Amino acid sequence: MTHYVKAWILALGLILAPTAALAQEAGPEPAATEAGASAEDTAGSDGLDPDLYTPMKPTPGIGMPVDGGIDFQQQFSETGKDAHWINNVILVPMMFGVSLFVLGLLFWVIVKFRRGANPEPSKTTHNTFIEVVWTVIPVLILLVIAVPSISLLAKQFEPAPEDALTVKVTGYQWYWGYSYPDNGDFEVISSMLPEEEADKRGEPYQLAVDNRMVIPVGKPVKLLITAADVIHSFSIPAAWFKLDAVPGRINEKVLQIDREGVYYGQCSELCGARHGFMPITVEVLSEDKFNDWVRANGGTVKGGGEAEVADAEGAPAETAADATGDENATETAPAEEAVAATN
Amino acid sequence: MTTIAADGHLDDHAHDADHKPAFFQRWFMSTNHKDIGTLYLIFAIVAGIIGGAISGLMRLELAEPGIQYLQAWASMHQGSAASMDQAYHLWNVLITAHGLIMVFFMVMPAMIGGFGNWFVPLMIGAPDMAFPRMNNISFWLLVPAFLLLLGSTFVPGGTGLGAGTGWTVYAPLSTSGSIGPAMDMAILSLHLAGASSILGAINFITTIFNMRAPGMTLHKMPLFVWSVLVTAFLLLLALPVLAAAITMLLTDRNFGTTFFDAAGGGDPVLYQHLFWFFGHPEVYIMILPGFGMVSQIVSTFARKPVFGYLGMAYAMVAIGVVGFVVWAHHMFTTGMSVNVKMYFTAATMVIAVPTGIKIFSWIATMWGGSMTFKTPMVWALGFIFMFTVGGVTGVVLANGGVDDNLHDTYYVVAHFHYVLSLGAVFSIFAGFYYWFPKMSGRHYSELLGQLHFWIFFIGVNILFFPQHFLGQQGMPRRYADYPEQFAYWNQISSLGYAVMLVGVVIFFVNIGWSLVAGRKAEGNYWGEGATTLEWTLSSPPPFHQFETLPQIK
Repeated sequence: MTHYVKAWILALGLILAPTAALAQEAGPEPAATEAGASAEDTAGSDGLDPDLYTPMKPTPGIGMPVDGGIDFQQQFSETGKDAHWINNVILVPMMFGVSLFVLGLLFWVIVKFRRGANPEPSKTTHNTFIEVVWTVIPVLILLVIAVPSISLLAKQFEPAPEDALTVKVTGYQWYWGYSYPDNGDFEVISSMLPEEEADKRGEPYQLAVDNRMVIPVGKPVKLLITAADVIHSFSIPAAWFKLDAVPGRINEKVLQIDREGVYYGQCSELCGARHGFMPITVEVLSEDKFNDWVRANGGTVKGGGEAEVADAEGAPAETAADATGDENATETAPAEEAVAATN
Repeated sequence: MTTIAADGHLDDHAHDADHKPAFFQRWFMSTNHKDIGTLYLIFAIVAGIIGGAISGLMRLELAEPGIQYLQAWASMHQGSAASMDQAYHLWNVLITAHGLIMVFFMVMPAMIGGFGNWFVPLMIGAPDMAFPRMNNISFWLLVPAFLLLLGSTFVPGGTGLGAGTGWTVYAPLSTSGSIGPAMDMAILSLHLAGASSILGAINFITTIFNMRAPGMTLHKMPLFVWSVLVTAFLLLLALPVLAAAITMLLTDRNFGTTFFDAAGGGDPVLYQHLFWFFGHPEVYIMILPGFGMVSQIVSTFARKPVFGYLGMAYAMVAIGVVGFVVWAHHMFTTGMSVNVKMYFTAATMVIAVPTGIKIFSWIATMWGGSMTFKTPMVWALGFIFMFTVGGVTGVVLANGGVDDNLHDTYYVVAHFHYVLSLGAVFSIFAGFYYWFPKMSGRHYSELLGQLHFWIFFIGVNILFFPQHFLGQQGMPRRYADYPEQFAYWNQISSLGYAVMLVGVVIFFVNIGWSLVAGRKAEGNYWGEGATTLEWTLSSPPPFHQFETLPQIK
């Protein structure tokens, strides 16, 4: 019964979301004040109890682009390593092989069949054998690519285990919200740090945020990704992770990062004026430290948390997150035409 | 392809028919396919200058991290001091305008409207297009379409002036996210451009099916005509879907419908499906006529008929057909299910096969040939290699699992500029140099043409190759500013733009010089390798040609 009530609240939240977006449009300097105010409402990382949590310093060159870099960022997830391997071991040699082969043939014909070297052109216009060869060989090359590529896809779609931590990611114009329905449903509002502040904290400007998304290390985390206004896209290059945040849909994907640290990403779907200025920062901590961070945010920890149950003063949208809580999003979705869950 | 005997100048003496109408009647009320083709080419050049200048602004701003010029430009643009948000909005307007202009107002008018109008009737031995007046309205719909798009940048579009949604116009950014008339104007612009293209497509299909000279069966048609035929079918089938999608945007914006709004039972992703059902065939629309031109040019300069003519023709048909069932590879990160992603991965990779057939057939055409390397040929050779490079990165992006990290990054930007800016545009330049003396009656400067090629070739490679690196490092598209780790390759990329610009300037100097002082061109200035019917005519051809239809043996 409560299940349906929650679903209706979720629907209400989703219906209200675009209206809220319109209201923002009307204001003169909308998101700055909005994000600022939200950041104050939620405990900022400055405001968190330093005994429980201090933001980790990023490792230079890890989880972020490097100066003049040409390869992918170093990967810290299982599927990321697989995909990186497919690219570097199969696809890149394929690209060089095919391109250089074509280039070589071009040079060969240019030298060998220039007018000076071959004044009388041949009249050959058909050769069935060679035509079959250059149809079949590309097919074989594509098969070699397709096999690992398809199994990579299958692996990327392996569902999270029943007890996986759920984080709900919401894209707003122009900041991110992370709520933790398994931990008392507190929401962290995450906005880009101004340049001086990023420098002060020793973090890269345009990648660093005030409040990070924090997850435990080496465990699959179920991300439920949606948006409140327009489409955004949640991306972590060092984990080979990108999934669109679509208003009215809840996209689900498993994120697992196998090393403690700080990982940066940027919004990857054009979402309006400040599309380039709503970065993503994920901090990956050990289970204990993650629990401390949850406590510092006033959340509850599974298996007997010491902190109080988080306040339930949230807006419908926050309660909505609760509805998707322990249960899989797909369970709530069918009750609800406004929501199109995809997995 | 059957060689068509060029037995002298069939139609040089149509004296009485060469009476040209007065200026206004000739250029504004034209029913002549060659004049309309010329209008299209001029239009494409003007649009190309504007679209290219916009990309120059973007590369200038991206040359260094931080915002250097954008705010000043936004202030100039709106005539009052611009806020930072308005500056960022201007950025989105620039990327939108660049994309739409280059796709709808530069590449398509040049290839289909320009070269298609000029040479399809000539190559099939027809006196004109099937519907000459419809041909005229096709062109004149494009002018208001372009004016609407340019005008949209001066009216409110949300945060600032102009439509800032990207050329893809995704909902809900283009509905609830863009308040003001700019978006509506841009949508109407696309409606008009789309109507223009549909009319053009009907005209080409009718012309090619009904007006071929006696004896020219479909399997004897020059490959350029084949390419325009396939392109016309793609336009006819794809554009109505775009028209439907953007009409739904209009009603969502103005009449309270909720096709793309979840709150009313709609779905933003539906828009993307409709858009890309048009959008993917659209990318083949932009490259297929290029394939056709390159085939003619390679055959001419190798003095050899095209190798595997039927394979070449049906490879284009195959690309066209398969092009309709791969659209969702543009949407790999929208949250599709695993089976859908697997299907679109596999289907997309299939396209590499007919494309490979074309590449190898061009090389086989040259094999055993007796090649000269005049300007059109070097552009065609450049096209073959650069299109291959753009093609292999396409195979990488086709892998749904790998694409997760590359989607919406500069890798994608690099990929589609390799196939368009180094593919389609190279073929346009190749075709332009190939046919310029035929169209104008005057030779261009071979030296300037070669110089144009080499500088442009080096420039665009410096411009676009580093963007693969930026994309692999994770730099997203459509960003006005970036973390300083991306600075190095962005700077190189901007440098490449400057080099390319020098090449473009040489191109315009060459055109100007040729029109004023170019040597008079004879009927078939390429010699025995040029075997299609346009070479049987004078340069420029008479105002009306083929009043006695040529017989194809």
